[in-house]
Amino acid sequence: MDFSQITFSAALPEYILACLSLILVLIAAFSSSSEHHMKSIRSLSLIGYALAFGAIFFVPDGRHVLFNGLFEVGALGYYMKGLVLIGAFFASWLVSDGWGEGVDRPEYHILVVLAVLGMMVMISANDLISLYMGLELQSLPLYVVAAMRTGSLKSSEAGLKYFLLGALSSGLLLYGASLIYGYTGTTNIDLIAASLSEGNVSAGITIGMVFLLSGLAFKISAAPFHMWTPDVYEGAPTPVTALFAIFPKVAAMGLLLNVSYGAFGEISVQWSQIFIALSVASMIVGATGAIMQQNIKRMMAYSSIAHMGYALAGLAAASEAGFASVIIYMTTYLFMGAGTFAIILTMRRDSIPVEKISDLAGMSSTHPLLAAGMMIIMFSMAGIPPMAGFFGKWYVFLAAVNAGLIPLAIIGVLTSVIGAFYYLRIIKLMYFEEAETPLDRGMERNNRLVLLISLGVIILFFMGISRVNEAASFIAMSAFG
Amino acid sequence: MLSSWPLLSVIIFLPLIGVLFLMLIRGDEQVVAANSRQVALWVSSFAFILSLFLFWGFDPIATGYQFEERAEWIAGSGITYHLGIDGISMPFILLSTFLTPLAILASWQAITHRVREYMIAFLVLEVMMVGMFASLDMLMFYLFFEGVLIPMFLIIGVWGGAERVYAAFKFFLFTLLGSVLMLVCMLYMYHVVGTTNIVDLTGYDFLPAVQFWLFLGFFASFAVKVPMWPVHTWLPDAHVQAPTAGSMILAGVLLKMGGYGFLRFSLPMFPDASVYFAPYIFGLSVIAVIYTSLVALAQSDMKKLIAYSSVAHMGFVTIGIFSLNEQGIAGAMFQMISHGLVSAALFFCVGVVYDRLHTREIGAYGGVVDAMPRYASFFMFMMLASVGLPGTSGFVGEMLVLVGAWQASYWVAIFAATGLVLGACYMLWLYRRVIFGRAEKPEIQELAPLNNREYLIFVPLTILVLWFGVYPSTLLDVMQGAVIDLLELSGAGTVTQTALR
Repeated sequence: MDFSQITFSAALPEYILACLSLILVLIAAFSSSSEHHMKSIRSLSLIGYALAFGAIFFVPDGRHVLFNGLFEVGALGYYMKGLVLIGAFFASWLVSDGWGEGVDRPEYHILVVLAVLGMMVMISANDLISLYMGLELQSLPLYVVAAMRTGSLKSSEAGLKYFLLGALSSGLLLYGASLIYGYTGTTNIDLIAASLSEGNVSAGITIGMVFLLSGLAFKISAAPFHMWTPDVYEGAPTPVTALFAIFPKVAAMGLLLNVSYGAFGEISVQWSQIFIALSVASMIVGATGAIMQQNIKRMMAYSSIAHMGYALAGLAAASEAGFASVIIYMTTYLFMGAGTFAIILTMRRDSIPVEKISDLAGMSSTHPLLAAGMMIIMFSMAGIPPMAGFFGKWYVFLAAVNAGLIPLAIIGVLTSVIGAFYYLRIIKLMYFEEAETPLDRGMERNNRLVLLISLGVIILFFMGISRVNEAASFIAMSAFG
Repeated sequence: MLSSWPLLSVIIFLPLIGVLFLMLIRGDEQVVAANSRQVALWVSSFAFILSLFLFWGFDPIATGYQFEERAEWIAGSGITYHLGIDGISMPFILLSTFLTPLAILASWQAITHRVREYMIAFLVLEVMMVGMFASLDMLMFYLFFEGVLIPMFLIIGVWGGAERVYAAFKFFLFTLLGSVLMLVCMLYMYHVVGTTNIVDLTGYDFLPAVQFWLFLGFFASFAVKVPMWPVHTWLPDAHVQAPTAGSMILAGVLLKMGGYGFLRFSLPMFPDASVYFAPYIFGLSVIAVIYTSLVALAQSDMKKLIAYSSVAHMGFVTIGIFSLNEQGIAGAMFQMISHGLVSAALFFCVGVVYDRLHTREIGAYGGVVDAMPRYASFFMFMMLASVGLPGTSGFVGEMLVLVGAWQASYWVAIFAATGLVLGACYMLWLYRRVIFGRAEKPEIQELAPLNNREYLIFVPLTILVLWFGVYPSTLLDVMQGAVIDLLELSGAGTVTQTALR
C-alpha cells in the first residue's frame, strides 16, 4: 500500500473524521461527564464536520481509485459527501434543550461522528466488502443512538426494531453479495461492471442484485422495506429523529446510485423494474400512511417514505437525466428535513417537549414567523411551486417521462396530491385554528439559523436551480462517461 | 423610453416590494393594520397605473408578442425567463391589476384581524396572477398558475366563514389534482420539443394521437379552474366561505385562468384535438349553462347564487372558445373580461349588505331600496349587466358568443340562449327579493347608506361596464389581431368551417 500524495488528499475528509472520533473517545474517557465537556465534544464534532467539508474542496479532480480498488472518489462522491456533512452539521448544531433526554451524553456525538464516517466510506465504496464495511459502520452507531433514551420503552423498542430489521437487511445484502461474487468471481464494483459488459449476465447475478438492492432499499426506507421507519422515528429521541430525517438517506441514496449505475449499469433494464415497484409502493404507502397520524415525528417518517418514492422514480428512469434528478431531489430533501426539525425541536409547552401534530394549533398567532416558516416548508414538501420541493419533483418526473415511464409519473403526481392533504393539515392547524394553550416562546439561536438557512435555500431555489442542475448534470455525465 | 424598461417584470414583482414594506411595519396592532391597508392599496394602485402603460404602449396591429423580456434561467435546458403579452393576455393583466386595489378597498373594514398577513396574501396573489398571464415559458406559467393556490388557500381558510376549512381544502385539492395532470403533459411536451418556450411549442406539430392525451391533461387543469360542469363543485363552497374580496378576485380573475389556458395552450398547441373535443365541450358547457342556472334559482344564499351564475357564465366562455371562430373567441374573451368586472361587483354588492347585517340569506333581506337607494341602483345596473342588457359589457360578450356558437352548431346556440333566459330569471328574482318588497325588519330600515369607500369601488366598475357596453371596440380592437393570429396558427378555424359545411 502506498501512501502517496493522492491517497492522502483524496480521502482527506475521511481521515479527519476518523481522527476526530478517536480524539473524542479519548476526551470522553478521561473527563468527567460534566456539562462543560459535553459542550466541548459537541463543538469539536462540529468543527470536524466543517473541516471535513472544507477538505472536500482540496481533493483532486476526476475519478481516483484508492486502496487496491476498495475506495473510489469522484464527482458523485464529493457532492454526496458534501451534502451528508452539511446535514450532519445541521443535525448536531440543532439545540435540543429539554428534548435531549438520553442524548446529552458525550457518547452521542462520538457515535454520530462514526456514523458519518461510515456514510462517507459507503458513498466511496468501490467494492462490495468496503460497501458492507461502510454500511455497518453507519448502521451500528445509529442503532445505538435510536435506543439512547434508556428510560423509555418506545426508544428501546425503536432501537431493537431498527437493529433486528437492519440485521435482516444486512443478511439480505450479504447473501446477494455472495451470489454476485459467486457468479462474477469478484467483489470489485468496476470488475463486476466489466464482467457484465462482457456479456456474463446470468440469473444468479440478477438474483444477487435483487438481494443487494433490497438490503439497500431498507436503508432508504423504501416500501415494502419501510416498516421500521415510523416506529424508529417516533420512538427515538427527537434529536436522533432529526438526524435520521436529515442525512442518512442522502448517503444511502448516493450508495444506491453508485451501485446501480456503477456495478450494474449494463443490466439497468433489470433494476429499473425493481425501482419502479419500490417507487410506486413508497409513494402510495408514504402518502396514505401519513394521513391518519397524530404524532408529527411519525408523520415525518411517512413523509420521508414518500420522498424516497419520488427520488426512486428518478432512479427508475435509468438514464443520465434520472441520475442527475436524484441528486437534485436529495439536495432539496436535506434542507426541507433540516428546516422541519429545527421547528419541531422548538415545540415545547411549559418547557416540556410536545410532539402531537395538534400541538401546532394556532401557531400562526403565537409564533407568526415560525408558522410562516413551517408553512413554506410544508408547501415545499407538497411540491407546490415556486418552492424547492417542486423543482425536485419536476426533475425526477421529467426523467421518468423521458424514459417513457409515463404511468409512473402519473402515479407520482397523483400521490403527491394525496400527500398535499396532510401537509395542508399542518398549515390548517397553524393558521385556521386557535391555540388552546400556546407553545413556549423563543427559539434557540442555532435552530433559528438552521431554519433560516433552510428557508433561504427552499425559497430561493428557483434562482439557484440553474447551478444545481449544472452540477448534477456534470456528476451524471462523469458517472456515465 | 418605455421599451427600454422591463415593464412587465416591474409590474409583476412590484407588489413584492409592498410585501417587504408590510413585513417591516412595527407598532401595536391598530397601527400595523392601518398602515398595512395603506401600503397594500398604494402599491397595488401603483401597479395598476404602471399596467396602464402596457395599454398605451400596446400596438394592436403588430403580430406576435410585445414587451417581450427574455433572460437566462436554467442554463442549457431550453427553460428561460420569458415574458411577453399579446392581445389575449394584456386585458387580463389589466383586469388583475385593476381588481386588486378594489379588492383591497373592499376589505378595508371587513377584515379586522391579521390585517398585515391578509394584505401580504393579496399582494402575493397579484404577483402570481399577473405573472401567470405574462409568462411565455411553460414552466414559469406553471409556477405562477400553481402559486396562486397558496395565497388563495390562506385567504379562504384564515379569513373565511364558518365552513372555511372544508372550502379551502376542497379548493386546493381539486385545483391541484387538475394541475398535476397538466404537469405530466408539460413534462412530456418538454421531453419531445426540448424547450418550454410557449412560442416554440405553439409552432410544434404534435401527432394527433399525442394531442388527444395532451389535450385531456390540460383540460383536466383548465376545466377545474374555469370551472366546467361537473368539476365545478369547489366553486360554490369556496365563494360562500371566502371573504368578499377573496370572492371578487376568485370570480374576477382566477376563473379566467382556465379560459386563458384554453386560449394559450389547448387551441394553438393541440388544434386537431380541439376540433375533436369541441362537441363534448359544447355538451358540458350547455349542461353547465342550463343546469347551474336552475341550481342558482333554488339558492337561498346570495353568494352561492352568484357563484352558480358564474359557472353558467363561464359555460358561455367555453362555448365561445371552442366554437373556434373569430366571433366566438373574441366573444369569450370579452365575456371573461366583462364577467370579471360584473361578478366582482356583484360579490361586492353582497359584501356591502353582509358587512351591515352579517347574513347572506336572501330571506333575511327585502326592501333594502328604502334605506339604500343608491346601492339599489348600482346593484340593479350590475344585475342587468350580468343578465346581458344591451348597453352593458355583458351584452356584447354574450351576443358574440352566440353568433360564434351559431356558426359552429345552432343547437348549442339555442340551448345557450335558453340559459340567458334562465339567467334573467334568477337574477331578477334575486333582485326583487333582496331590494324590493316591504322592509319589515327594523334593522333593514336602519341600514346605513353607502359610504365614500364603497362609492370608490362601485363607480369605476360601473364606468367600465358601461364603457365596454357602449364602446366595445376599446377591447375588441386590442384582441382582434391576437384572435386572428390564434386561429391562423392553429388552423382550426378553417378546419371546423370546412368540416361543418
